[in-house]
Amino acid sequence: MTQSKKKSFDVGTWVIPLIAVIIAMVIAGIMMKFQGADPFRAYKTLFMTSFGSVKGFSATLGKATPLVLAGLAVTIGLRAGLFNIGAQGQLVSGALGTAWAGYTLTGLPAYIHLPIAILFGIFFGGLVGLIAGALKAYRGVHEVITTIMLNSIIMGLSDYLVVYHFREPGQLLTRTREVLPSARLPFVFSLPFGFFIAIALAAVAWWIMANTTSGFRFETVGRNKFAAWYAGISVKRTLMTAMMISGGIAGLGGAVETLGVTYRFEPAFNAGLGFDGITIALLGRAHPLGIIPGAILIGGMRAGASNMQFVAGVATELVDLLMALILFFVTAPLVTRFFKNSGSKSVTGGWGA
Amino acid sequence: MSALLEITGLTKQFPGVLANDNISLTVKAGEVVALLGENGAGKSTLVKAVFGLIKPDKGEIKISGNTMHYGDTAGVIAAGVGMVHQHFQLVPVMSVTENIVLGDEPRKAFFINRKAARAQVIALSERYGLQVDPDAIIEDLPVGMQQRVEILKALRKDVKLLILDEPTAVLTPQEIDELLIVIRTLAKSGVGIVLITHKLHEVMAVADRVLVLRGGKAIGFTSPAQSDEAGLAQMMVGRSVVLRVDKTPAKPGKPALEVVGLQVLDDRKLLSVKGVDLVVHHGEILGVAGVEGNGQRELVEAICGMRHRIAGQVHVDGAETKDLHPHAIHAGGISHIPEDREKHGLVSSYSIADNLVLNQFDVEPFAKGWVRNISHVNTNADDVVAKFDIRTPSAQNLASSLSGGNKQKVVVARELSEDLKVLVAAQPTRGVDVGSIEFIHNQLIAARDRGTAVLLVSAELDEILSLSDRVAVMSGGKIVAIVDSKDADRNYIGRLMAGLKE
Ligand SMILES: Nc1ncnc2c1ncn2[C@@H]1O[C@H](COP(=O)(O)OP(=O)(O)OP(=O)(O)O)[C@@H](O)[C@H]1O
Ligand SMILES: [Mg+2]
Repeated sequence: MTQSKKKSFDVGTWVIPLIAVIIAMVIAGIMMKFQGADPFRAYKTLFMTSFGSVKGFSATLGKATPLVLAGLAVTIGLRAGLFNIGAQGQLVSGALGTAWAGYTLTGLPAYIHLPIAILFGIFFGGLVGLIAGALKAYRGVHEVITTIMLNSIIMGLSDYLVVYHFREPGQLLTRTREVLPSARLPFVFSLPFGFFIAIALAAVAWWIMANTTSGFRFETVGRNKFAAWYAGISVKRTLMTAMMISGGIAGLGGAVETLGVTYRFEPAFNAGLGFDGITIALLGRAHPLGIIPGAILIGGMRAGASNMQFVAGVATELVDLLMALILFFVTAPLVTRFFKNSGSKSVTGGWGA
Repeated sequence: MSALLEITGLTKQFPGVLANDNISLTVKAGEVVALLGENGAGKSTLVKAVFGLIKPDKGEIKISGNTMHYGDTAGVIAAGVGMVHQHFQLVPVMSVTENIVLGDEPRKAFFINRKAARAQVIALSERYGLQVDPDAIIEDLPVGMQQRVEILKALRKDVKLLILDEPTAVLTPQEIDELLIVIRTLAKSGVGIVLITHKLHEVMAVADRVLVLRGGKAIGFTSPAQSDEAGLAQMMVGRSVVLRVDKTPAKPGKPALEVVGLQVLDDRKLLSVKGVDLVVHHGEILGVAGVEGNGQRELVEAICGMRHRIAGQVHVDGAETKDLHPHAIHAGGISHIPEDREKHGLVSSYSIADNLVLNQFDVEPFAKGWVRNISHVNTNADDVVAKFDIRTPSAQNLASSLSGGNKQKVVVARELSEDLKVLVAAQPTRGVDVGSIEFIHNQLIAARDRGTAVLLVSAELDEILSLSDRVAVMSGGKIVAIVDSKDADRNYIGRLMAGLKE
């Protein structure tokens, strides 16, 4: 039973994620207690580290930067009825492409080099997304399957490329060279520049979804693809575009992380960012702006984890546990609804009242 | 003898709508009670409350003397209640047999006895004269067939009280006759029946008593003996309704829609439109009469770019339209009221306002370039909601909150709100109340008089006969005759539909 649409404040939107986070913290706290740790101390350290000081908060926002983009990538997919599990692979492709452009293209001024390097990231992320989108549109292969498989392919491929082709000369570590200074993103108010890019992009995405014909096409396909088709929307093209944009945004996440923070590609650097994006998108209820607080919360947990381990003796993996629990509690209602709306279930639609 | 069903003082408030206002109703064993009322009067709400699907704000529901509670549908079923919902409750990926036996499957050791289940379904379908293919998958079936499955499912268990929410909206006239006989037979054997329908002659044919609802209130009881169709219509709408269509003779102009040698496959990849030639002129209504399943649905979908044409062409004002391309078809001048409003016609999680521009959202004035003009979308919605009398507190409400007939009005209103060259109307008044049927018919005639070529497909022969200027009879995938409306006599057309030569 759907209630009438409330334009302003919808309780369910904010309350469910909030409750999910609280329940997750309580359960994780109980588990800490059993381990003999002090959950209050652990949480206090965790959050004081990440939110308690200007310096700590800057670090948090820094961690949140690729997470906002990963969350936005997953959100764009969800809007068009696609569950993009592949943000991870797309982000890694983008990071590697960007890193390569960042250290091989020499002799360019920053105002050319930097945009090119970023475009490399968007391009490779988008390409990986497009593969899944095309398979969905033309062969009907479910995107969950293809994006999971592409994640594995990208992981193997990027390892291979870094080990055998792009490795920093004379290095034992599997990593690329550093990107040239002309391709680095600056820090602004001790925040990586990518943070501002991410927030601006989220705002633009929200505006596009709410106000443009393209946004309406995405939404319509996501909600009822039969009606979309009847109404003259090209469902195939919309699915492909959505997957490509989703991948491109994830790729941008990899790009800003590489050019603004890590300055090189190393397989371990981007571990899990794309998967965190799924949690964040669902926590933000697939709203382009709703993901920002989610990304900051999770960025904060990541930023404060090592200090928590140091002070309270709780392993950093606690954060992964928390994330898993949050995902569990936030998705239970949401995913069911998503699959209910997006599937071909509407076929049974009767003369409904 | 105590009443089978006893509803006292039932009240249900939805945001902005008082759907049921202090309604009381008793149904005794062996009695057929018809619920009559305009779209949005609260009929579905009332029966859903009986079945435990809606939580009433006030009031009590007793079945065979026992009070029933919200949410306890299992208890309601155990008490002997069967319900055919207006909104189908079938599992789309399962077969007809599986859907019918679901919940109470014949077993063999730990396994479902599929052979027995299939035999049961065939026996059931023969017994009640409702033809179904036991092995078909639900999502491949047209709505009429799904409706038969729903009814058979409800009839399979021995029920004491049978609730039927618009079971006849999507059935063929023959099936309706069979169903009415089934209803009478069940009533004779002591089953209590609550029937919701907008077709007054059905009410006249089977009901013992009629409860009329208007705006959520019970207006009063009547019966076929005390009233007639016009009286029922007046009672439910609150004004007198013209049940006959008044129209001036058509002034047909140049050919608008030309279909040449069209061949189309159905979902099972069998040839179902076997070379159809048709011409509809500007300013005329061509009705297609035929028994369901003789290719009308496939014909309409192929014309409207939703189904592949394996041979033949469709021209609008002489220009050939593209195959399989709904957008180009619409741009080329055809608007289309689709048969399946839930699947194709609406996005139920969108607002009514957005649904009213579903295929015009990207053109002026609803968009300027890339940016949607939401304020135009909203003013348009307010106008259309008022003009078509769509019953809702606000055009910003979701389409899913509308009653069935009001959903249909949204689809019809959208397709009639722009003047294109051709209008293809498939079952335009399905599930709509008599007052609104009158309105929609007048709108179709007005569109004709403005020069639109109207191709009308309807399972209601009366609708075809009263609206059309020419009637094409379709049988076995072919147009077997085209008759001028003044020569179109009911019996003659009926014989042609049945495939008999003159
Ligand atoms: N879930 C809901 N949320 C909000 N309003 C609702 C909901 N369900 C029904 N309504 C409103 O309650 C009123 C009664 O609806 P109901 O479905 O009972 O009408 P009905 O008599 O069955 O009409 P129809 O003949 O069109 O099927 C309508 O105005 C409808 O918009
Ligand atoms: Mg109803």
